[in-house]
Amino acid sequence: MGLAKRIIPCLDVRDGRVVKGVQFVDIRDAGDPVEVAARYDEQGADEITFLDITASSDNRDTILHVVEEVASTVFIPLTVGGGIRVLDDVRRMLNAGADKVGINTAAVFNPEFVKEASDHFGSQAIVVSIDARQVETGDNPRWEIFTHGGRKATGLDALQWAKKMADYGAGEILLTSMDRDGTRDGFDLALTRAVCDTVDIPVIASGGVGNLDHLVAGVSEGHADAVLAASIFHFGDYTVQQAKQRMQDAGIEVRITE
Amino acid sequence: MTSIIVVDFGMGNLRSVAKAFEHVAPKATVRISGDASDIRSADRVVLPGQGAIGGYVKALHDTDLEPAVLEAASSKPFLGICLGQQVLYESSDEHGEDGDSVKTLGLFKGQVKHFTHVSSDPQAMIDPLTGHQYSIPHMGWNQVKQTVDHPMWQGIADMARFYFVHSYCVQSELDEDVAGVTKYGVEFTSATARDNIFAVQFHPEKSQHDGLKLLENFVNWKI
Repeated sequence: MGLAKRIIPCLDVRDGRVVKGVQFVDIRDAGDPVEVAARYDEQGADEITFLDITASSDNRDTILHVVEEVASTVFIPLTVGGGIRVLDDVRRMLNAGADKVGINTAAVFNPEFVKEASDHFGSQAIVVSIDARQVETGDNPRWEIFTHGGRKATGLDALQWAKKMADYGAGEILLTSMDRDGTRDGFDLALTRAVCDTVDIPVIASGGVGNLDHLVAGVSEGHADAVLAASIFHFGDYTVQQAKQRMQDAGIEVRITE
Repeated sequence: MTSIIVVDFGMGNLRSVAKAFEHVAPKATVRISGDASDIRSADRVVLPGQGAIGGYVKALHDTDLEPAVLEAASSKPFLGICLGQQVLYESSDEHGEDGDSVKTLGLFKGQVKHFTHVSSDPQAMIDPLTGHQYSIPHMGWNQVKQTVDHPMWQGIADMARFYFVHSYCVQSELDEDVAGVTKYGVEFTSATARDNIFAVQFHPEKSQHDGLKLLENFVNWKI
C-alpha cells in the first residue's frame, strides 16, 4: 500500500506524427499522437510523455496543437520535451496543457535555465532529461552526459550532473542510457541505480526496454520511481495493462485500472 | 445551470482544471477568473494552485482576492486543490521570501510540513525497498483512505488512487476536519472537509476516472 511505480509510454513526435526509430535512424510511422495517447490512457498509462523531434522550425507549433488536443480529452499528467530553450518555450507548453516540461540540451549549455524555469513555474513542472553513456567500465564505472542524440560527449559526469540538476530545482529526472536506447536489451541498470541512489528527486528510467521483465528490473534493481518505454507499446507487442500485471506479479506496487 | 469559477491570481496553469470541469459538466458555466466580483457571483468556487506557497499567499494577498475567497469559503461549495488545500491551514514550514515559515489563511487547525519534518523518527522516510529516502516530491498515484462518508466520495472506491505532486503535506490538528488520509512514509491529510469546504492535496483534474468523478460530485454537491 502506498505510492505506485509509474509506467510512462513515450511518444516521439515528428511533424505531428508518432515515429519510432532505432537510435534515431530507420524511422517508422507509429500513428496519430492524439489517438495513440488516448489508447494508452485507456490502457492505464500513469502519464504520457511527448518528445518533439521535429527538425524544421516551420513545424515547431505542431506539437502545441497535439498537446492541446490531448489535454482536452486525456486527464492524466502530460510531459513534453524537445527543443525547450527559453522560459517562453516552457510557458507555451504549459499553457497548451502540459503538466511538465522536459529540458535537455539547454540545461547542459545553460544550467541556470533550469533554476530560472523551476523558480518561475515550480519544480513540479520541470523535468531534466539526462542522456548518458558509459565511458569507464570495471570496478569504478563512469557515465558521461552526451548531447546531439548521444553523439557528442560533454565531459560532464552523469552522477554529479544529476545531483546538480536536483539542486537547481529539477522536480524529476528522465534518465536515458544512450548505449541502450533503441537496442531492446533492457535498461542500463547500473547507471539507473547509481543515479537513483544519488538524488532524492524521482527518477524515470529510459532507454532499451524490449520486454516486460526489463520494466520490472528498472524498478527492483534500478530503484527507479517510474519506467518509460516506447516501441514495446507502439507496435502492439504489449499493452500497458500487461506491463502493470507483470510488475504487480513481481511484487511491485502499481495502479491497476478497470 | 451552475456556474463555477476557477480562481486565478497568476499562479500556475489552470487550464487543465477548467478543461476537466468542462468535460464532466458540459452544461455548467466554467470560467477562469481573477476578478473578485466573479468569485462573489459564482455558484461554486475552485481554488487551485501549484508551486511555492510563499509566492502563492503573497499573490492571493496582492491581488485583493483574499476577501472574496474567504467569503466563498464560508458560504458556497468550495474546492481547494493542492496549494488550495494547504493554504486553508494555519501555517506552512515551507520558507517564504523572508526565510520564515509562511502564515496561511487559518481556516483549519494544523500545519503544512515538509515530508522529512513530519516525523521525528529518521527511519520514517526511508524506503525499505531501496534503503534510501523516499523520493521527494511525492510524485505519482497514491491511495486515499476515506475517513468519512461524504457526497464528494460518492462513486469513488475507498483506497482509490489519485495523482499527487508535492513536497509539503497537511498535518491536521482535528480529526473531524479530515476526509481522507494518504501514506508516503508518513501519514498526511490528503482530503479536508468541513461544511461547504472540500479540499484535496492531489490533482483530481489529472487523476483520470476517479478524479473526474470527484469533480462531477463537486458540480452536483448540495450543501
